[in-house]
Parts: sequence; C-alpha cells; structure tokens
Amino acid sequence: MAEETFVENPDYPIELNDDTLDEAVRKYPFLVVDCWAEWCGPCKMLGPIVENLAKKHQGDIVFGKIDVDKNNKTASRYGIRSIPNLLVFKDGAKAGDIVGAMPEDRLLQRINAFK
Amino acid sequence: MYDIIIVGSGPGGLTAGIYASRSRMKTLMLTSQVNPSLITTTDIVENFPGFPGGITGYELIERFTQQARLFGLEIVEDDVVSLERASRDSTDIWRVNTGKGSFEALSVILATGTEYAHLNVPGEVEYTGKGVSYCATCDGPFYRDVPVAVVGGGDTAVQEALFLTRFASRVTIIHRRDRLRAARILQERAVAHEKIDFAWNSAVEEILGETMVKAVRISDVGDPSEKRTLEVEGVFVFTGYIPNTVFVRDVVECDESGYVIVDDKMKTSAPGIFACGDCTKKVLRQVITACGDGATAAFAAEQHAQDLKGNAYGAWAGF
Repeated sequence: MAEETFVENPDYPIELNDDTLDEAVRKYPFLVVDCWAEWCGPCKMLGPIVENLAKKHQGDIVFGKIDVDKNNKTASRYGIRSIPNLLVFKDGAKAGDIVGAMPEDRLLQRINAFK
Repeated sequence: MYDIIIVGSGPGGLTAGIYASRSRMKTLMLTSQVNPSLITTTDIVENFPGFPGGITGYELIERFTQQARLFGLEIVEDDVVSLERASRDSTDIWRVNTGKGSFEALSVILATGTEYAHLNVPGEVEYTGKGVSYCATCDGPFYRDVPVAVVGGGDTAVQEALFLTRFASRVTIIHRRDRLRAARILQERAVAHEKIDFAWNSAVEEILGETMVKAVRISDVGDPSEKRTLEVEGVFVFTGYIPNTVFVRDVVECDESGYVIVDDKMKTSAPGIFACGDCTKKVLRQVITACGDGATAAFAAEQHAQDLKGNAYGAWAGF
C-alpha cells in the first residue's frame, strides 16, 4: 500500500496489516495500534472505546487496528502474548504497550502518558 | 428514575433484565467496561441446557443480551463506584453513582460477578501480557508449539488446559493438591490427554523470564524446600475468584470473602437491594444457577418497586 492512501487526520482506527504497519508508523508521529482478534471477547469490548477515542481526539492521536490472527508477523515481532494490546508508536518507534481492556478515561490517561 | 437498576451484565444480570423488562418495569442495566462477565472468556459452555453441541460463552451472552433488548432493556456502559440511600417524595430510593453521573431506582439488583484471583508471586505483574495470562481463549493462539503451564485444579483450570492443547506443545497443570476438583468428565479428558501432564502438590513460587516468560519455579506444598523449575513460555492462572463487591461492602452484608449474603428471595441486608449470580454467597457458581437467581431477583425487585409505588400513591406520575 502506498503512503498516500493513509488519510491525514483519520477520525476512525485505520485498518493495518503486516505490510502496512511500518508505513503508518513512519507517517504518523503518534500512533496507537489496537491489536485484536475475532476470538477475543475483551477485544470486542475495547473496540468501540478505541473508535470513540479516535473520533474525539482526531488530529491529536491517530489510531490503527490490526487483526493479529491474520497478521502473525506483527504479533511475533512485538512479542504480543495477550490481547487486547495497544501498541504505542512515537516518532517512528515503539514507545510501549497497553495490555487489557479498560474504561475510556483510564485508557486515554495511559495513552497520554506516552506523549 | 428507574423501577430497577441492574449492575452487571453476565448471565444473572441479563436474566434479571429479561424478566424485569418483560414485566414492563422501567429497567436500566449498567455494564462494566473493566470486568467483562467471566463467561465471555470461556471457550465452551457444554452444560447449559438447550445447547447439546455446546456454545461459546461469548455467543451465549450475545444471545442473552439480544433477548433482553427485545423486551426493552436499556443498557449503559458505565462502571459503578458507589450506592447510596436517597429520598424522593418521602420514599426511600437508591442512587447508583458511576464515573460519569448517577442514576436513581426503587430497586437495585447486584449482578457484578467475580474476577480471577491473582497468584501474588514475584514476576506475575511484571509478565502480565508477556506470558502471564488470565484468559486462555484470548491468548491461547499466541502459544503455538510452545510449552505452557496452567495453575489451578477446578473446572475453569482444567477446561482451559484442554483448550490450550490445541495450540501448545505441552500443558502442565500445576495444582496444590494431589487430585483435581474439576467435574469428573473434565478430569477424565485431562488425564487421558497426551499433551497434558501434572505437577501435583505444587505451588508457584516465582515466574521467571527476561522480556518474556521463560519458566516457572514451583515448590512442593508438603516440603517447600523441594523446588523445581518448569520451562514454559506461558503461565495461565485459574486459581480462584474474587467477588466484584468492593463498592457495596459497606451497604450490604457480605461474608468474609466478600460474597453478598442473600436470602431465598435474593434479598440482601439492605431493603431494596437484591443480588444474584456469582457475586453472592452460594454453593454452585454456574451460568444456570446465575440465571435462576436472576429470575428470582427480578421478581423480588419488582415486588419491592410496586410496594413503594403503592405507598407513594399518585406521586410517581412524573416519572
């Protein structure tokens, strides 16, 4: 996927995969990627919270999501052993991760701590 | 103002929601964003009547929710912080406070369930998400062809160990006793399974690793000086439960472990507060028993609400 296909300030989590993740990490200075899978109940709870945050914080935080069941390379590259797992990228490098489902305000706090 | 507020959205709460909404009670369900019903993390439920092939916990809850919504149950995602007595037109009601605001009701049903207990050993917190897990259905597929350990000997531990055999190269069940507590059919399957072995009479002392879990150190329960190390990449903890009742312990009577004490009508020690499901003191915590409790709790909560409305004759027109 070419770089220009990523919108500038998305108000939704952009769909990523093993091949496009790096591109997105390079493009967005602050990117939070929701690693999820169909089989994971708590991921389905966190999904709508992430969508909400993407809408509310458009222009401030860019969110992405990646189905780690279909994208094994990303899962093993970042040592993901539990989902939901949010990978936080700052200035082109991984800054940390946030494991587990939590309420919106707490999640936002944890994300902002990486800024 | 609601007739009934239900706190929690597992099998007990949703059954109460189905019954209360179907009785045309104005009913609100508050669901937690932090603690999903434990049944949603269960791979398969095969003892719930009506599903001879079994059903996943997640799908079962989806169906309960769909059924409750059909009768008009209102559902709001918000974590409850406290419960307090309030008064409206000289009638005693309950105010349910959440992080975002508060809601009032004539009756409250607590259906908050439990969460998994932690081991409280070195390495557990550090490696959570890096090899330590409390959800086999969420995390099992990340452990393809590597050895894992399951800690515990009850139904959940054994069922999740069986689930993990689909992915892991070996599953070692670490249990403090010399036999399992799980249902006999699960025991039989585990003992017969070629990928499952057992560390009997063993307690976890420490979870070891570098960036990820590499091993778990266990000791003999009878002689703690006898230690050994199992090389595993995952440690799945299913040793017990803690009731999600911290916010009500000053309001309703609980037992020493924090389970809410209820009578046969699911009444708690506080008038107008009822409880059902796993958060209550009871002998068997299962989906089917939570559902039974939920139906009873809805019936009793409705009775309480109707009594209050009768007492406050005419005063409720505005609600």
